[in-house]
Amino acid sequence: MPIRTDFSATVEHISILDEHGVLDEQLAKDTLTDEQVLELFQYMCKCRALDETAFKLQRSGRMGTYPQNKGQEAAAIGSAFAAKRGVDWLVPCYRENAALWMHGLPMHYVLLHWMGDERGNQIPQGVNITPLCIPIGTQMLHATGISWAMKLRGIPGVAITYFGDGATSEGDFHEAMNFASVQQTPTIFFCQNNEWAISVPRERQMWSSTVAQKAIAYGMPCVRVDGNDLFAVYKASRDAIERARAGGGPSFIEAVTYRLADHTTADDARRYRDPVEVEAWVGKDPIIRLRKYLVSKGLWDDAKQAELDEAGKAMVSEVVRAAEGIAKPAVSDIFDYTYATIPPELEVQRRTMRTHSLGQSPEQVGLAGR
Amino acid sequence: MSSTTTAKEPFNPKLRRRVDDQGGQQLVECNLVEAITLTLAQEMDLDDRVMCLGEDVGLNGGVFRATDGLQARFGEQRVVDTPLSESGIMGSAIGLAMGGMRPIPEIQFEGFLGPAYDQLCNHAARYRTRSRGAITVPMVVRVPVGGGIHAPELHSDSPEAIYAHQPGLKVVMPSTPLDAKGLLAAAIADPDPVIFFEPKRVYRLPTREWIPEDRYTIPLGKARIVSEGTDLTLVTWGASVYQALAALDALPEDVSVELIDLRTIAPLDRDTVIESVNKTGRCVIVHEAPKTCGFGAELSSIIQENCFLHLHAPVQRVAGFDTIMPYYKLELEYLPDSKRIVEAVQQTLAY
Repeated sequence: MPIRTDFSATVEHISILDEHGVLDEQLAKDTLTDEQVLELFQYMCKCRALDETAFKLQRSGRMGTYPQNKGQEAAAIGSAFAAKRGVDWLVPCYRENAALWMHGLPMHYVLLHWMGDERGNQIPQGVNITPLCIPIGTQMLHATGISWAMKLRGIPGVAITYFGDGATSEGDFHEAMNFASVQQTPTIFFCQNNEWAISVPRERQMWSSTVAQKAIAYGMPCVRVDGNDLFAVYKASRDAIERARAGGGPSFIEAVTYRLADHTTADDARRYRDPVEVEAWVGKDPIIRLRKYLVSKGLWDDAKQAELDEAGKAMVSEVVRAAEGIAKPAVSDIFDYTYATIPPELEVQRRTMRTHSLGQSPEQVGLAGR
Repeated sequence: MSSTTTAKEPFNPKLRRRVDDQGGQQLVECNLVEAITLTLAQEMDLDDRVMCLGEDVGLNGGVFRATDGLQARFGEQRVVDTPLSESGIMGSAIGLAMGGMRPIPEIQFEGFLGPAYDQLCNHAARYRTRSRGAITVPMVVRVPVGGGIHAPELHSDSPEAIYAHQPGLKVVMPSTPLDAKGLLAAAIADPDPVIFFEPKRVYRLPTREWIPEDRYTIPLGKARIVSEGTDLTLVTWGASVYQALAALDALPEDVSVELIDLRTIAPLDRDTVIESVNKTGRCVIVHEAPKTCGFGAELSSIIQENCFLHLHAPVQRVAGFDTIMPYYKLELEYLPDSKRIVEAVQQTLAY
């Protein structure tokens, strides 16, 4: 018997708007209108402004550890814009704030989260978002389950889950991909490949030459896009979402981007990254190239930018005010959300927490009335 | 979503059924595993959102046959054979619950909870708290538990204390068909994640029992007084209830022991234990799990906090040893048996 090929595959890489702001008109056809691009550009700028402010809040001691989103705005916005707010679900990790805001999460919630306040995760009714997920790669299974439930219940929604390149080394990533493909759930696996998992570069994270090809093992359509290219991200996301909504099952998108900032404010990327590499990626900034494009089309100018910067500043200070203006949570919150109904032992602890002797009433230790 | 048959047909017609002489109530004769299957069928009949998923739970009906016949009745969409992937089962069940379903994932043996621990403890248990009530995970994780069935490695452990230590989870372990049916129905109705440990050693032992066929619930967090007594309180749960009963038979007739089956480990029915020990002044706790940091340690602590002035003797624990659970040739030496329980009871009475 001759040796035959049972399977072979290729991974496409889509790029529509290059780093100089030059658009491939052919590929850009039927993607975003000028009005939409303008709207999304302004969104990206405002998110960048808030991100910079969040960094300063941490540095000045007004907020805890914070992971900057800088440089990844096109990936977040382009994908989220392709999803239907209130119908589709976003299942994030923690570097796609812009997507969450676009889908209705009040902007100060993310700051609250990093200010050590669970109310930042108290997603309002009707907003289809799960809270930021700190452990790496675990949330993808929830996206698989949520979209599976939608399929079973006949709801025409999809779930997009976000994660980084490092997360694809976790077992849960593979289990989520496998479950989604076996059940043909409407799930979009959106990898923000930002080249670094804290200090470990992608080439030491995996031996495969792309992240996208991992989806091939699960029989899942996959594509690689320039993650700093709003048009390419949007196109790939829209296509994947349309396919999922039509019953075509899950898809995988690898958005090749770059973490322009440190992993978090607790990290110093200068310890492990070559400044030449960082500098090269600064030149590929998704906001700068989009602005160049808009200016070249006569849709944007310095005056409009100045106006937007002002509006951004005002919005940011309002968001910060909302996050900082909220009263400290009630101490009883520690207890009240552990179960739907508080069990007797926990009720005793709740009632007696200030006596430093759990199980004793305040009267027993002479603290009554204090 | 559709059921493959109507809700009217009784599930598993092979089970013997009769009408109760007194109240005219329909009774069905079940062992523990049959009671579980019957309850799953009834809950799935009642609520389209309830679904089972796990390894081999579909066509094969589960390795212990706990889901036998369910896929035929409810179809492949609601009784799902999943990939061999415990974290996948647990994590996607969490998503299913968040998406409006009432999933009942099965982990085939307690030893394989390990790969699912992260999803169970770091997500299912925490979602309500970390979202301040915005997102909840109503699901029941069914897990066969414990030793005594000549099973291979990692098929015989008793990890209930590990999960009782995790805030946000509820931990249930029935010992009889009657309790299994009522507790499982209550667990499925519960708005929080519940681990439902099924003591595999008594899945089919000792005999079938006549239990009400119609749906009933037994509240989580309520212990059962198996037999009343005045001299000593014997607290246990799961398969050890039967070792305790054997010990009671072996004790002299003038020894009056109050036997408590906890039924739910978390939340714990503290009141029943405390009230009993305050009455008897003596307590022996029995469990299969290793002694150190076993749930007996917690019980013992609660007893000294609440019954100190009533105690006539130190609280004794009859437990598994602080070793790896041996392979089955030595498992009966490891597991608490009636002899060890009798000895502990006699020592405590003689103190």
